[in-house]
Amino acid sequence: MAVEYMGLSEINGSFVVLEGVRDAAFEEIVELRMDGYKEKLGRVVRLHGDKAIIQVFEGTEEISLHNTATKFTGRPMQIKLSEEILGRVFDGLGQPIDGMGDIYAEVLRDVNGKAINPVSRVYPRNFIQTGVSAIDGLVTLIRGQKLPIFSGNGLPHDQLAAQIVRQASLGAKSTDKFAIVFAAMGVKNDVAEFFRKTFEESGAIERVVMFLNLVNDPVAERLITPRAALTVAEYLAYEKDMHILVILTDMTSYAEALREISSSKGEIPSRKGYPGYLYSELASLYERAGIVKGSSGSVTQIPILTMPNDDITHPVPDLTGYITEGQIVLDRRLYQKGVYPPINILPSLSRLMKDGIGEGYTREDHPDISNQIFSAYAHVGDVRALASVIGEDEMSDVDKLYMEFGRRFEAEYINQNKYENRNILNTINLGWDIIKVLPRSELDRVKTEWLDKYYDN
Amino acid sequence: MNGSGKIIGINGPVITVAECSDFAMSETVYVGESRLIGEVIRINKEYATVQAFEDTSGLKLGEKVYKTGSLLSITLGPGILTNIFDGIERPLGAIEKESGIYIDKGVHVENLDVNKKWEANILISEGDIIQGGDIIAEVQETEGIVHKSMIPPRVSGTVKKAAPSGAYTIEDVIAEVEDESGALHEIRLAQKWPIKTPRPVGKRMTVTRPLVTGQRVMDTLFPLAKGGMAAIPGGFGTGKTMNQHQIAKWSDADIIVYIGCGERGNEMTQVLEEFGDLQDPRTGRALMDRTMLIANTSNMPVAAREASIYTGITIAEYYRDMGYHVAIMADSTSRWAEALRELSGRLEEMPAEEGFPAYLASRLSSFYERAGYMENLNGTEGSVTIIGAVSPQGGDFSEPVTQNTKRLVRCFWALDRNLSYARHFPAINWLTSYSEYLDDLEEWYAENAGEDFLKHRAEILKLLQEENELMEIVKLIGSDVLPDSQKVVLEMARVVRLGFAQQNAYHKFDTYVPLVKQRRMMEVILLLYDRSKRLISEGIPMRLLKSEDIYDKVVSIKYNVGNEEIEKFDDYVKEIDEFYDRLLEKNK
Repeated sequence: MAVEYMGLSEINGSFVVLEGVRDAAFEEIVELRMDGYKEKLGRVVRLHGDKAIIQVFEGTEEISLHNTATKFTGRPMQIKLSEEILGRVFDGLGQPIDGMGDIYAEVLRDVNGKAINPVSRVYPRNFIQTGVSAIDGLVTLIRGQKLPIFSGNGLPHDQLAAQIVRQASLGAKSTDKFAIVFAAMGVKNDVAEFFRKTFEESGAIERVVMFLNLVNDPVAERLITPRAALTVAEYLAYEKDMHILVILTDMTSYAEALREISSSKGEIPSRKGYPGYLYSELASLYERAGIVKGSSGSVTQIPILTMPNDDITHPVPDLTGYITEGQIVLDRRLYQKGVYPPINILPSLSRLMKDGIGEGYTREDHPDISNQIFSAYAHVGDVRALASVIGEDEMSDVDKLYMEFGRRFEAEYINQNKYENRNILNTINLGWDIIKVLPRSELDRVKTEWLDKYYDN
Repeated sequence: MNGSGKIIGINGPVITVAECSDFAMSETVYVGESRLIGEVIRINKEYATVQAFEDTSGLKLGEKVYKTGSLLSITLGPGILTNIFDGIERPLGAIEKESGIYIDKGVHVENLDVNKKWEANILISEGDIIQGGDIIAEVQETEGIVHKSMIPPRVSGTVKKAAPSGAYTIEDVIAEVEDESGALHEIRLAQKWPIKTPRPVGKRMTVTRPLVTGQRVMDTLFPLAKGGMAAIPGGFGTGKTMNQHQIAKWSDADIIVYIGCGERGNEMTQVLEEFGDLQDPRTGRALMDRTMLIANTSNMPVAAREASIYTGITIAEYYRDMGYHVAIMADSTSRWAEALRELSGRLEEMPAEEGFPAYLASRLSSFYERAGYMENLNGTEGSVTIIGAVSPQGGDFSEPVTQNTKRLVRCFWALDRNLSYARHFPAINWLTSYSEYLDDLEEWYAENAGEDFLKHRAEILKLLQEENELMEIVKLIGSDVLPDSQKVVLEMARVVRLGFAQQNAYHKFDTYVPLVKQRRMMEVILLLYDRSKRLISEGIPMRLLKSEDIYDKVVSIKYNVGNEEIEKFDDYVKEIDEFYDRLLEKNK
């Protein structure tokens, strides 16, 4: 028999304090009822003596010290799961908002999840073709990987993510069970609408689960949204053997929500006011990607984050980069030049790429040619800096060729249409076509064998 | 009730306990009905503060906290090698059997297998006078490693009873020792040791031998001594973990302790998979044979992350006591420092720089100081070498963890983002890295790697330094206008960068290069440098020199000369001589 506590002793931001509590559990969910009818959900975030500090997800508006009855549920934040959730739309807390009624739950799961035992993991090796040359050729996406897109405001990260969804997920191999889990945290309504339309166009809408915490929704709810989404992803992948692509956008708003709540709790801030546990907090989300033993499914994550002021050393992209298995970095200068997708390949990286490409996966020469492109393009940067000082005419012949390589690489290799789907062999061959601008003696990263086979033909 | 307290506050992993005046500082306790493992970190008259090593959600006020009476300790004995543990030495394999693919809280498993019988060769007999550290039994722990069970450091006396050689579990009593006061101590194959206390040693010795890693930039340019300390700092994507893996795979340590502290789960899986398949180039046995792993990934509880570093170093010291050379990789110490910061924040301590607690420096030094080349209590010599990765925020080396680490370590392998952007690996920047061990190791190198080894090294570094200075000019005016005497420096520096500094971890034999090949590579490069300079001074234009393919040939020595084919270097010497004569002839 659950006890109801009448009244509160303090209200501060999204927190309320309740005194005289007995038998409350840490992180337990509470139900708050105002004036006997309106319900809100909250979570115990701190217990001390007989005081419980409760975070109210839907905000503390309309709550007064006297109008509220609080009930402890004795359970953590849970979400109802069954295969029926495919195609459904939920709010940031996992409540259906598409008017199609409640979910009939096969199981109930704690949204916080649990850490996957490292010995139960399977090392991801399967290459996913996205049809985007810059990604497939140079920053290869692997099934079970977490590969974020580092972007800035006004850059086409949403279009890129949508293109990946269109081309990677629903390509030729539709025999595998595939689904998309989409979590929006603090994004604008039109962004959410853009994704919904994309899913519809690609015919995937039946296989999408959407969690929407839009920019005007309560901040505290935002902390639950990615957790609910990942709980669904884990359930579908590890128990229903499906391949799940999770898109989390925008991680920066998530981190800001965390900061807001941390500061209203009066915690000691570390860099830029973010709480010291931002790393652990982000890790608890990102680490929920992967493949586990005993299941043929996988969870692949593409988190999107906007770097404030395009600064890659900002705590959110910085800590993300330390946790995720690489990053795709979008660049404003490239975008200004009219290049789409404006992927700056130099700071971009896929850590799992090395084990998923080459002979038996893509093609034997793939690792070498991609290394060569990176190294040559890094040199293009130096050459351009020089050209801006002494002018292109004064440069050595080889350097002029590097300038030409840089131009063609950006215009033909990176640049492609939003609806253009290049297969991996075309991408690799395109790389060779463009690298041929340079004399053979400049290609120091490619085995002689591949040079003979691909450069000279 | 005696021996327990009551929870009166919960804030994440930090728990406040009342009615527990008999709790001792740093003691291990069991928290709540699910008996989560915790440690006492603060005590005052009314209450004690406990940090829990497991997730505390669902814990209730009023639940009990039970005292254990012992400090946070781990079990040291046969069965550690080839195993993978969490931060407080719970084997992950056993946890998987208990709780499936996810780690449940409150799982209680034995640190080491207590049922397995080890074939032990008992070395003591009744009446022997023994003291702490003495080796009493030998067990073949893995194919290549003999585990030597020792008398715990603080026990000494007369052997009253000794079991014959035979098969024993780690819990069987194999000897009884009576100390001076007449108390009997039961001795087993395994012993317990508190992780925050360094194991005692005979004396600290000076370092004289390098840890040979087979990585050219490390062995040749910035060597690390056995018993020394190194830091690898670098932003994300610069290859910290990759370098750690390379050292774990190929260094000539006897035992490898690999701590994944707050890092990615997949990386630990990769180590498990890869090391099982790879062979040690010296012994031909699986690399996993000499390796043990601690995995406290970034999503596992933060307090156990703090403990994982101590667990690792304690295991390293234990194997050192047997007379082994142990290398310990801590990936990454920044995550450990962040765990300290997180806990410190929850304890509402006054923060110092960037929110880190003021005791960050002293905690770091108490960790690094446990490295060293030691004479053990039992007279054997062993060493613990620490290689700590540092993940500076924003790749900025001025942050507190990097700066405090820099004060402690004597070998600094600075990773460079620009090198990694150009896919130059290992991305160790030769201008900002350093090693203070050079003088200590001089004698060893002269004896074992050749008289000229360090002289060559100095010349190679000088060449790279000169290139750096010239690049300042090139950036302004281009390389075309440089005189030939400087163009040759640029060309040779290119050869050094591509052919020597760059090393391919995925290549069959370039991944590990013995010292003798490193020396011959330097010799050939310097010979080519010398001949090129002479040709230039004879007035032969650089353009003509570059039209020859000798430079590219020297660059690809690393792929074309196998580690066992040292005699092939003579051909290169001959070819360089021919190149020299030919050009000289042409120009007459």
